[in-house]
Amino acid sequence: MSRVSRQAILVDVRRACTQRRGKSGLAEVEARLASCAPGPVPARGRIERDRQAALFIAEAERVQAGVIRVKRLADVPEAVAQYLARHNIEPSLRCAPDPLLRSIPWSKHSAISVTEGKGERDDPVGVTSAAVAVAETGTLVLASGPESPTTLALVPPVHIAVVPVARLVGTYEEAWGALRAKSARAGTAFAMPRAVNWITGPSRTADIEQTLLLGAHGPQRMFVVLVDEDVEKT
Amino acid sequence: MDSTTRRFEDNARAALDSPTLQAALAKLADGFPRRRREAAERLPEFEELRDAARAIKEHVLDHLDLYLETFERRVTENGGEVHWCRDAQEAREKILDICRRVGARTVIKGKTMIGEEIAINDYLEQNGIRPVETDLGEYIIQLRREPPSHIIAPAIHLSLGEVAETFRKSHTHLAPERMLNEPDALLAEARAKLRPDFLTADVGITGANMLIAETGSNVLVTNEGNADLTHTLPRVHIVIASIEKIVPTLEDATTVLRVLARSATGQDVTVYTSFCSGPRRPGDPDGPDEYHVVLLDNGRARLLETEFRDILRCIRCGACLNHCPVYSAVGGQAYGWVYSGPMGAVLIPALLGTNEARHLPNASTLCGRCESVCPMRIPLPRMLRAWREQLHRERRTGWRARIGLAAWAFVAARPRLYRRLTAPLVRALGNLAGARRRFRALPFLGGWTATRDFPAPEGETFMTLWAESDRGRTKP
Repeated sequence: MSRVSRQAILVDVRRACTQRRGKSGLAEVEARLASCAPGPVPARGRIERDRQAALFIAEAERVQAGVIRVKRLADVPEAVAQYLARHNIEPSLRCAPDPLLRSIPWSKHSAISVTEGKGERDDPVGVTSAAVAVAETGTLVLASGPESPTTLALVPPVHIAVVPVARLVGTYEEAWGALRAKSARAGTAFAMPRAVNWITGPSRTADIEQTLLLGAHGPQRMFVVLVDEDVEKT
Repeated sequence: MDSTTRRFEDNARAALDSPTLQAALAKLADGFPRRRREAAERLPEFEELRDAARAIKEHVLDHLDLYLETFERRVTENGGEVHWCRDAQEAREKILDICRRVGARTVIKGKTMIGEEIAINDYLEQNGIRPVETDLGEYIIQLRREPPSHIIAPAIHLSLGEVAETFRKSHTHLAPERMLNEPDALLAEARAKLRPDFLTADVGITGANMLIAETGSNVLVTNEGNADLTHTLPRVHIVIASIEKIVPTLEDATTVLRVLARSATGQDVTVYTSFCSGPRRPGDPDGPDEYHVVLLDNGRARLLETEFRDILRCIRCGACLNHCPVYSAVGGQAYGWVYSGPMGAVLIPALLGTNEARHLPNASTLCGRCESVCPMRIPLPRMLRAWREQLHRERRTGWRARIGLAAWAFVAARPRLYRRLTAPLVRALGNLAGARRRFRALPFLGGWTATRDFPAPEGETFMTLWAESDRGRTKP
């Protein structure tokens, strides 16, 4: 059934298309797919590296995310513990099996308990890093993979993301550039991970009388810890 | 979804008489346009982005055959499967096939307009599979068995009290005397009710805001996170999308995303924007084992060759609804089917035929606000006029309108006759009007004067003044 339908749809579409473009169009399409040319990129995000963190923080806070900036990875446990205590949340963290998160000295803080895995229904807090963070709109870009379960940022009621400042970029286009570069470094053709999730603030809905409520199906709270220390280099 | 589009006039009358609906619509007409304007003002490049987004879709519509083939190839390389369906019935059967093969009993759904278009919920239910909507608004209207009243806010027509009443009727496992007078209480109840379904459903069905040819991905934008749970937790992810949803590259999708949320809710970007590309990869701790794209035509390929092709640029942001005086007066359900507002009035006749949808192209003042806010710059008023012309040719307009138009055309095409008839008429009306200078009622104009006064003409006709002023060279 599908093959007959495929043929029928393509015949109809092709007739309309060739009438308008008057040529095969294949070269044009291939060139466009290969070039990945950006459209107009807002000036808001095209800024110096040292101003990106400030913009990211301002934009993320505009959409009700909490953000704190710390100097070293070793400062992360204290920042997280304080945030959770302030909101009366059990400091029991489910962390992504990510080398960056593993290098955080969680045991420095006795109250915090850490387990690794994907996000499960009873986890109070999911902790991830992010492949990239985009200053333009205060957006985290999570790329799924063995070290990055998608569920951690979605199922628990609190999502905490630990992101080195070095992973900040100004615009979405740079975020795609960073993902493409990662494949290039690994020597493979660019292939998308199963899921790339842009996350901008905690979950919300305005479906009942347009009243804005946080925490619809995803997390009610989102907390980003920006880390100055250039972890990837050291 | 059965259509009541042919009863638009009755639907609209009932809508105008409903105080709760009118209160909801007043709130909507105030909120959405203001938020869109503020978001656009915060981004100096907004107009340039609209042009770029429009150009992307124009390019795609001219090369759609090639992009569809590329998209299919990429999905297959990612380990997914594309199913081409000519009409709603084929799509329903394909989805049911997949659900049956994996032994699905519960299906969770993210909001999909194409799902509404093919009425997938009813079909699954008839075949013993339980579909559960997870977008809060969609969940509410599913419980009430109603069509959506707005593309991005499907339950916008309901008051808090009506939602509470619906929950009391449906959630019988909870104490009947519980408090439900705050929106948070309703949200908490829906969240708790839906959580087990998320965790146990066998299949997740979502729509797609876009399909990306370069990577074989579908894009989903939501604020609740429900679509993300839907594509991540069940074993099987089925995407339902119509063929015109394609964009070439990630960068092109990004350009469209920059205008989408700003036009829709006035957000810079929605909380969740997801790019799903196939089933879980080796080593992935979560994600579905199977990924299917049900690609639906349903008459769109043929639209490409008509003067209505521009509607295929639509990205379903809802801005034209939010800025439409007719939508703002009668709401979305009056349109009688899945889509509403100006984009609905253009698309529904194409999908359901001009007999069923004959009233919709006339449900517009042609004020042009829809086109002025459309992120894809779709010429909606032009297409509404084109439908009107077609309806007229097909003799689907009422006899009174037809005779009126024919008489007017006869007179208007004869300037001397026109002047001879209008000049005395204007004078007579001016003399008859009395001190108020307005008429409460006039013969043949009951439709106008029933709800407002008819202003009396003042002075002479334009043509008389024009002649007296020596063709505009002197002041009369």
